[in-house]
Amino acid sequence: MIEVDHISKRYGSKDAVIDVSFAVKDGEILGFLGPNAAGKTTTMRILTGYIPPTAGTARIEGLDILTQSLDTRRLIGYLPENPPLYGEMTVESYLHFVAKIKGISSADRPRKVEEILVKCRLVDASQEGGDYRRRLIKHLSKGYRQRVGLAQALIHDPKILILDEPTVGLDPKQIIEVRELIKNLAGTHTVILSTHILPEVSMTCHRVVIINKGRIVAEDTPENLTLQLHGGDRLIVEIKGQLEAVKSRIQALPGVLEMASKPLNGGGAHELTLEVSTDRSVRNAVARAVLESGAELWSLRPVSMSLEDIFLQLTTSEQEIEGAPETPTTATPATDGADAPES
Amino acid sequence: MKNIWAILEREYSNYFVSPIAYVVTTIFLLVMGFFFYNILRLIVQNSMMAAMQSQQFGGGMPPIDVPSVVTRNFFETLSTVLLFMLPMTTMGLFTEEKKQGTIELLLTSPLTSVQIVLGKFLASVAFFLSMLAPTLLYFVLMQAYSQPRFPWSPVFSGYLGILLLGGSLIALGAFISTLTENQIIASVSTFGVFLILWVLDFATHSGDSKLGDALNYLSVLNHFDDFSKGVIDTTHIIFYLSFMTFALLLTLRSFESMRWRQ
Repeated sequence: MIEVDHISKRYGSKDAVIDVSFAVKDGEILGFLGPNAAGKTTTMRILTGYIPPTAGTARIEGLDILTQSLDTRRLIGYLPENPPLYGEMTVESYLHFVAKIKGISSADRPRKVEEILVKCRLVDASQEGGDYRRRLIKHLSKGYRQRVGLAQALIHDPKILILDEPTVGLDPKQIIEVRELIKNLAGTHTVILSTHILPEVSMTCHRVVIINKGRIVAEDTPENLTLQLHGGDRLIVEIKGQLEAVKSRIQALPGVLEMASKPLNGGGAHELTLEVSTDRSVRNAVARAVLESGAELWSLRPVSMSLEDIFLQLTTSEQEIEGAPETPTTATPATDGADAPES
Repeated sequence: MKNIWAILEREYSNYFVSPIAYVVTTIFLLVMGFFFYNILRLIVQNSMMAAMQSQQFGGGMPPIDVPSVVTRNFFETLSTVLLFMLPMTTMGLFTEEKKQGTIELLLTSPLTSVQIVLGKFLASVAFFLSMLAPTLLYFVLMQAYSQPRFPWSPVFSGYLGILLLGGSLIALGAFISTLTENQIIASVSTFGVFLILWVLDFATHSGDSKLGDALNYLSVLNHFDDFSKGVIDTTHIIFYLSFMTFALLLTLRSFESMRWRQ
């Protein structure tokens, strides 16, 4: 259980995260979605105790991240954006070190390290040269570094996992493996994962929080988001015939919310894009309307709105809205010069 | 305690995976070997000349106590050489963690800042000791060839002083390495600060003012003189221990403030 309670973070005069609150239930996988520099990493860093928030707090399993930081850190496995690896160490000695500082007893350590090596496919008996135990981390490829980073986060079997873009830099096969790995953690682990790859969210996450410019702009299940924000489906209709006649008939139908048309290459054919309510009977009505107007119906296909569309719509409209009210805040001089960032 | 040990162990072995440790140790031992040989040669020569003179002109000159003079000169040289060598051992302590991003692992693990700082400090001291250990051989060799045997106590007090001085300088170097992300900047500024501490020692010889006295007291090398003479004075021990504690507290504060400076 993670409860984020009105967290804000300012870097000098720049707001990185503004009044963010959300909760993640036990065993749930939460996708943290947003464009670059939206505040995803900052929020995760605050939750893991790496940096303190300027205002607000969060509770992990009921423990406060500020006043019970050591206890909450024990519960968390964290994979930062850049895996924190010591290049000069071998994979095995690095994992032993991590196991030690995460408080795994010396009796359990060899077993835990061995388990995680297999789990993260750093040791693969079926493959030639599949044993990465003694390889120096600096000689590993990006994908394998990411695996070591994941192993580091999972080694002490933490209740809470915070993964900052876990699939970045992996090849498609590895991405699938990592997603499977994360999905298998659901139920027993509470996971927050950030990404800007949208299919990843619909594939792995139970719930999505979309964050933009430091603020939460949407929070729901991937399916609900699609429905809620668009109130329905999209239909693509290709016709040939009297465009205006068809248009006026379709417009008159009750389930049609919006319509746009563009000519298809040559021959008087047109493509209509309709935003319609989820009621399936609308499709039927649309088809009838086209035929009744005497036009040819070439095709009619539903396109479900992808998360990409929602995401783009949310993050771009947010930018436009934000422009005006944001100005006074940014114009006020920074009073807390003490914690101005170096970077 | 277990956590301090974990940090110490990793940091210590880290010295030996990069060429820095080998280069520093080799150069240090070459330089010290050169000094030891020349100090020994010069003093033995002088003492023989003195002995010959007293034989020729009869009595007057007491014989020179070669081992104690050698010991004293050796430790004085060693204390100066440390100013040049120790910045290399502390420059990477915190800079590398910041540069590689591994600081994020340490700060999000259930470790306290005190454990991290102490672990790193002790690792650096441990490396310093392993660099220093082979110089004991010089005294073993000198003992083997000296007639009569000389007492070990001045050697012991010398090493005690070197350990305290080295520890103080390492603590200061550790503090400086928390301030930057760049190893070269860390090592150059550490070296600069050490040099100033050394020059403080020079400056005080000319002044008789109160300020001169104060500077004289603050000079880290000044407190070492008695140790090299075989005198163990608690004033100096307390000076070094408080210097070390102060520098480590600064390191701790600076390290903790890193969370705010991200």
